[in-house]
Amino acid sequence: MRLVPRNSVAFVLGLVVIAACAFGSFLTEAPNRLTSGYPLSLGEAADKPLLMVLVSCGVALLAGSFAPATKRNALALLAIAMTALLYLFFTAGRIATTIMASAPPATRVSFGWAFWTSGACLAILIFLALQKRETWMRLVIVAVVAVALTLMARAGQFDGLSLMREYAARQGDFAVELTRHCLLVLISVGIALALGVPLGIYVARTQGAGKVIFGTLNLLQTVPSIALFGLLIAPLSALGLGGIGMVPAVIALVLYALLPIVRNTQTGIIGVDRFLIDAAAGMGMNSRQIFWRVELPLGMPVFVAGLRIVIVQTIGLAVVAALIGAGGLGSFVFEGIGEYAIDLVLLGAIPAILLALTADFLLALTASLLERKRTA
Amino acid sequence: MSKRSLWRDPLIWLSALFVFFLVGMSLLRPVFAWAFPTIQPPIYGGDSFLMLWLFHAGLVIVSSLAAAIVGVGAAIVATRKAGEEFRPLLEALATIGQTFPPAAVLAISVPAFGYGAVPTFMALFLYGILPVLKNSLAGIAGVPEAVRDAGTGMGLTPWQILRDIELPLAAPTILAGIRISVIVNIGTAAIGSTVGAITLGTPIIGGLVSDKISYVIQGAIVIGLFAILTDMLFERLDQRLRQFAARA
Repeated sequence: MRLVPRNSVAFVLGLVVIAACAFGSFLTEAPNRLTSGYPLSLGEAADKPLLMVLVSCGVALLAGSFAPATKRNALALLAIAMTALLYLFFTAGRIATTIMASAPPATRVSFGWAFWTSGACLAILIFLALQKRETWMRLVIVAVVAVALTLMARAGQFDGLSLMREYAARQGDFAVELTRHCLLVLISVGIALALGVPLGIYVARTQGAGKVIFGTLNLLQTVPSIALFGLLIAPLSALGLGGIGMVPAVIALVLYALLPIVRNTQTGIIGVDRFLIDAAAGMGMNSRQIFWRVELPLGMPVFVAGLRIVIVQTIGLAVVAALIGAGGLGSFVFEGIGEYAIDLVLLGAIPAILLALTADFLLALTASLLERKRTA
Repeated sequence: MSKRSLWRDPLIWLSALFVFFLVGMSLLRPVFAWAFPTIQPPIYGGDSFLMLWLFHAGLVIVSSLAAAIVGVGAAIVATRKAGEEFRPLLEALATIGQTFPPAAVLAISVPAFGYGAVPTFMALFLYGILPVLKNSLAGIAGVPEAVRDAGTGMGLTPWQILRDIELPLAAPTILAGIRISVIVNIGTAAIGSTVGAITLGTPIIGGLVSDKISYVIQGAIVIGLFAILTDMLFERLDQRLRQFAARA
């Protein structure tokens, strides 16, 4: 073993995890949901056996960063990081349950910064390890972590944590707002696709049409969401459509979604090799056949890349739409901010982030499958 | 540029319009009073729009400047021999971070930094690093190895290669990253008024809460113009940079 770590990234991230867990506030305990809590470190709050597991994970992570960068060692490091991440959640839930068993019911146990920091470091380590792996493996690993966390949540492991108690109190609302958020995104992206794809094809086929269309869409993209939402209120209420609610939100989201869709549709089509189109024409295909059999399949990866940008962007902008009464996860965020209830803020913000990450992951997966099909 | 085309320049008359809205919003009182007869007073009566804009612009400038320094600095370190192991990490952070909704980043900075301008500044700063970092990494790493070798052959030190070759060649890409960061930050700073920062978003949020649509429109016009003008300025800067690079 050398004295210099071979995997400096794993070494540094491992050190951060250990330092945060050793000295930082892993959880906080507050007398009620509106006050900020006092910190609890892992050492003083966790059961001895769980602490042992976490310490071993930390030591293994550091030791692993000195091992040569073979495939087997990389897989071992991945397994350690996954175990550590799952145990981190398990331990947090366990501590919260123990505290809640003897504390007054208004007590709130929340995640502290040490939990977030070490969780983020481990997630990044897993992400980096998966970057070099095959598509199926990425899917399997992410699914394993997601299923394990869901099973723990189902079994009530996290019921003592403030976030879950906030969820339990608002379970019905949560389902409604989550559905509404997804609906906002799907409707807006659907309309934007129906408008943007033909527009993109038109721009690709027509000389000089791009300048005006892209100029306009660029301008719209520049206007901050809150301003565009605000500007749509007056004309819509004058038209009797109601200035507040889903309608202005969907219109604004469609306007934002158009630029990436039109741009990537156009780039996808223009990017197809001229030679291939000539060859297809030489084989006797008409322009419709050329579009469906040559341009569409070859331009697909670029189009999917655009779709990925659009969906992630729309999920994020839909959070702001709650300000004009469109509902969605943003309504928890802004309600929570309004009443100083941090856990309510997180009940909106964390699912919104997870939604964006999930959509990004699935579309990246689709893109890499398309890419493989194309090169095969 | 001839005298005639100067007046055709949208930057000039949009700037004039912007200044008019900043200092002369009260001149539009009759218009808003006619359009929204029930709203009293018809013009937002809190801080003046000029004041709100100064707060807003100050927040954006300071946070984006700090983000640009950190982003470019980290990219420089990660493209040196000593730091190249950390490049995948930084690339991953920039990519994953940008999928986070800006409003959600603002929201989660409240538990960490409380209410007011501080969490808004921190959210703008942290989120602003990502596009700068991503573009700087791509820009510096995209400098052809042959150009670098030529510099070494000419006897340039690593520092001179960075200053005279890598940074100038990467400048348009880095500027594009700073532009994204600033434009996103203008929008997020506006939402920052929900957590208590005083920005041009304050009349919008106040108007939405108290159902005074004219305030929403006034705030929205000023923010929209501010963002569009800033983007145009970056467009000009980009053209200058490219002309300069082409001449050099």
